[in-house]
Amino acid sequence: MSRSLRPLLATAVIFAIAYGLSVMQFPGMFSTRVLGNFLTDNAFLGITAVGMTFVILSGGIDLSVGAVIGFTGVLVAVLISWMGLHPLVAFAIALIVAAVFGGLMGLAIHALEVPSFIVTLAGMFLARGGASVITQDSVPINHPFYDWISDLLIRLPGGGRLSFIGLLMIAVFVVGALVAHRTRFGSYVYALGGNTVSASLMGVPVARTTVAVYMLSSVLAALAGIVFSLYTSAGYPLAAVGVELDAISAVVIGGTLLAGGYGFVLGTFIGVMLLGLVQTYIIFDGTLSSWWTKIVIGVLLFLFIVLQRLIFAASAPGEKVAEKA
Amino acid sequence: MTRRMLGRLANPQLLALVGVLLINWLLFPSFFRVTWQDGRLFGSVIDVLNRGAPVAILSIGMVGVIATKGVDLSVGAVMAVAGAVAASLVVAGYPAPVAVIAALLVGLLCGLWNGFLVAVLDIQPIVATLVLMVAGRGIAQLITQGFIVTFNDPLLIFIGTGSFLGLPMATVIALVLLVLVTLLVRKTAIGLFIEAVGVNRAAASLAGIRSRMLLILVYALSGLCAAIAGIIVAGDIRGADANNAGLWLELDAILAVVIGGTSLLGGRFSVPLAVVGALIIQAMNTGILVSGFPPEFNLIVKAGMIILILLIQSPLATRIAPRRPQRARIGVQRTAK
Amino acid sequence: MSETGYVLEARGVVKVFGNHVALDKVNFGLMPGEVHALLGENGAGKSTLIKVLTGAYQPDGGEVLVESQPVTLNNPQHAQTYGIGTVYQEVNLLPNRSVAENLYLGHQPTRYGFVDRRRMERDARTVLARYGLDLDPGSELGTHSVAVQQIVAIARAVELSGKVLILDEPTASLDRNEVERLFDVVRSLKAQGLAVVFITHFLDQVFAIADRVTVLRNGRLIETRALTDVTRTDVVRLMLGKDISFSGATALEEARPAGEVLLDFRNYGRKRSVHPFNLTIHKGEVIGVAGLLGSGRTEMARIMFGADPADEGEVRVAGQKTAIDNPTDAISRGFGFCPEDRKAEGIFGELSVRENIVIALQGKLGWFSALNRDEQMEIAGRFGEAMDIRAASLDMPVKLLSGGNQQKVILSRWLATDPAFLILDEPTRGIDVGAHAEIVRTINRLRDEGLALVVISSELDEVVAYSSRIVVMRDREMVAELHGENINPGVIVQAIASNQTGASA
Repeated sequence: MSRSLRPLLATAVIFAIAYGLSVMQFPGMFSTRVLGNFLTDNAFLGITAVGMTFVILSGGIDLSVGAVIGFTGVLVAVLISWMGLHPLVAFAIALIVAAVFGGLMGLAIHALEVPSFIVTLAGMFLARGGASVITQDSVPINHPFYDWISDLLIRLPGGGRLSFIGLLMIAVFVVGALVAHRTRFGSYVYALGGNTVSASLMGVPVARTTVAVYMLSSVLAALAGIVFSLYTSAGYPLAAVGVELDAISAVVIGGTLLAGGYGFVLGTFIGVMLLGLVQTYIIFDGTLSSWWTKIVIGVLLFLFIVLQRLIFAASAPGEKVAEKA
Repeated sequence: MTRRMLGRLANPQLLALVGVLLINWLLFPSFFRVTWQDGRLFGSVIDVLNRGAPVAILSIGMVGVIATKGVDLSVGAVMAVAGAVAASLVVAGYPAPVAVIAALLVGLLCGLWNGFLVAVLDIQPIVATLVLMVAGRGIAQLITQGFIVTFNDPLLIFIGTGSFLGLPMATVIALVLLVLVTLLVRKTAIGLFIEAVGVNRAAASLAGIRSRMLLILVYALSGLCAAIAGIIVAGDIRGADANNAGLWLELDAILAVVIGGTSLLGGRFSVPLAVVGALIIQAMNTGILVSGFPPEFNLIVKAGMIILILLIQSPLATRIAPRRPQRARIGVQRTAK
Repeated sequence: MSETGYVLEARGVVKVFGNHVALDKVNFGLMPGEVHALLGENGAGKSTLIKVLTGAYQPDGGEVLVESQPVTLNNPQHAQTYGIGTVYQEVNLLPNRSVAENLYLGHQPTRYGFVDRRRMERDARTVLARYGLDLDPGSELGTHSVAVQQIVAIARAVELSGKVLILDEPTASLDRNEVERLFDVVRSLKAQGLAVVFITHFLDQVFAIADRVTVLRNGRLIETRALTDVTRTDVVRLMLGKDISFSGATALEEARPAGEVLLDFRNYGRKRSVHPFNLTIHKGEVIGVAGLLGSGRTEMARIMFGADPADEGEVRVAGQKTAIDNPTDAISRGFGFCPEDRKAEGIFGELSVRENIVIALQGKLGWFSALNRDEQMEIAGRFGEAMDIRAASLDMPVKLLSGGNQQKVILSRWLATDPAFLILDEPTRGIDVGAHAEIVRTINRLRDEGLALVVISSELDEVVAYSSRIVVMRDREMVAELHGENINPGVIVQAIASNQTGASA
């Protein structure tokens, strides 16, 4: 078995066990209602995490996604509620703005030869600051289109509902997986994460791929921002603070190597579901406080980081035993 | 000798600080006015020194970490944890010195944990410290049980808001820490070893440098500095806010270090210049506030600052403007001898 | 075909960096179906010429012709479209991806816009079979040996270009069997009419595989000759423009009275690294270590130095039983170690020459007894001068120095610690001939001063010249210890080669 599959398998097993145990304790968790809400509640995180998977696979990191979600929410709300544009037009504008924004970050990372986290940090400040300059308050969105979309759902037997945004997330994952694993662009992303110098010598269009990766991440973050505005029917500049951390955690817990080059989009889906499970469990339990979510995510993160460390250190051929100093 | 000192003073960071202060002065003519009141100094410049102290203290710890090719993303969360520990202990009736020492120890422990992950388990620093960044606020909330724990302890409040020789206590602490850490790294071989490990860890190990101890030391120092900053911030607002104390300050600290000329790829570093970097950030913050811009503008200015620095430090810039300042510096040193 | 018959040609190529002329009107022609060796000291202009021929650099004068047509090559990818492919010393492939993807990255067969993985792997299997590789094209490249990766790199270059193959020191990290395997591949490519440029530091390999040789020196073309017309001495003379100072030193080292015993390794070994070995080392002697790459010679050095601690046996230093669990232990007992991979494990590129020299001494002194700047200057100056380090200033970053000077810096670093025992792993690999001679001289000088040295080298003539004894490593085991009359390259080769049943590539 390929060693990059092992963390993915571990995630899947942990999820299955954790879900099984939760269901044994709270049989109510085994219902289409809970599963349906799982998808809806985590849709914006999942969509963001797909973009983050590409960034991390390419050996980078994107700290700006939470801020882009917030900015997009505000932009969309302002375009619809203040300027009277149709939501679809507003969405298109938001996605284009995000594409330009992400493209510029990618360009800066490539041209200035600097670590991605510092550039996307600037992006985070810029997007948050920009959103706050537009408005500091929550801008409500009341538009028939929003009502129409929230009514758009598939009823499942057992009272569950598959919402539009839940389905949208699944679609993003499917398309993301196809792009990552079945296209030349996908192989370029892995190539960058493996070794940029080799990739460049092998003819990988490094500049174009880097720009595209960050563009993709920002566009998906903007899509997540749109989903978030559908979910909350409002735009707020401080929305989704810290979502970048949740997205990074989901990607790592999903078995993608934070150093890049190894991982699967599907793993990220399980990672997102695992994070969702933790939150749902805490809600079901009722006595546990919300801060346990953060602690559990931290612990999971730690476990997976150590697991990957062990797998990739143990079976790398020719790698010298870590020197004892 | 004096000329050499002058040459050192004419570095880009200090010039940038002077530039920012001058712009502040132009926007707000009474910027440099300092008054004496109740045995302490007041004024916008003093405010810069006071407000900038937490980030300056964080950057003193962060600069060593970054010089070893690492980064410590957890300092903001560690600030929250330390503040929560100190506040909870004084509220529970423990004497303030005990609370302060306990908070410092917890910070040290967090630093040791990061150091353990990086040095012993050999995990990438950005990943290793992410763990505590994510879990730390949860731990802080666990300690405060989700409340903002307020206190009236005079010692803690003095640390946050008091003054010594007319200067704000936070500034004094930052200054003392700056001197101590600079002496620690430059009067011993620790600084050289940090740079050696940052440049090439394998070679450092073969040259007989115990890189493990050194890495643990720098992360422990970073954790300790974060705890100090956390106590100051808690003392300042007379309470521990697990959600917001130190929020995003790790990013400010990293920015301060980068402004201070230390490469994120490790190697050469300067503690005093990192502190200058922190002051530049704060001078901009204060400038934006006193000149009446909305505080959110701050984020945009910070973003602009990062972009500017990246442009200046990028290989692209060195290609366009080939090393004139460096030659000038060598010239200055020669005349000094 | 074309008038000259050259498939790739450089005509009067000039390349200038600042005020340094890297290539001065160099002519170079490559015939189809030949292996053309390109030789020269470091800094002779080999890599600059290669970069011009592959489009990585643009020439400042002269022209590059492909099949007698002048061309402008914008970058290596562009050169590839003219049929020019390159394989570098360090395998420049992607260890995290499959073998098949490494062969076809950027050119994967697609169906409906998606990569047709099944077809790609089927094609890959066919291609690999032509190169004598029978492996799963879906397997991760990083799980295969360097030699296999190198052959995959060649396969990729040939598949994508097909006229000219440039091999830039491809054998540097291969052992003898692997080199032979690589040469088989090169011979068959040559038979198919490919033109091959071969760059190496090993003269043996040049004579084993090349048809013609071009020698560069100081950016100038010295000569292009058919190898049938020249002897080794001719080639060396062309490269240096003089005779090398240590040549002719094949005479045996006089049997000298052994000094007192300094080190005694008994059943010293480490699981999965080196079988337990016995070795006694006296003051004032050089022990040569011969063996192929992967024979356990580097591993033995690392165990002696504590870089990988031994897990069985014992060591006595000057009669005292002691434990060496890490480099710090070793250094405190007067050991020093110059590793094989200078860049990765030796130098601190960003730090100054001065800091690079004092660092081990400072490490020995510890965190709290810091040498001040003046002391550092004095120490670095003294040892830098003794080793003839050519640096504009002791404060310049060591990464700006040539490979040979960097090696001298590392040697100075250990000499500054006043060592009793030095381990040198391939101290003369990949450095220019002048520095080479200086290092050989230093080894002799240190031995005469009473130091004990262990020198690992693939250059048998050289090992023979300065060693008092030679130990031979094979399959991670010390298999022979040669004295006196046994010390000559023929016997060593025999010891290395004998009974090599378990040899595999």
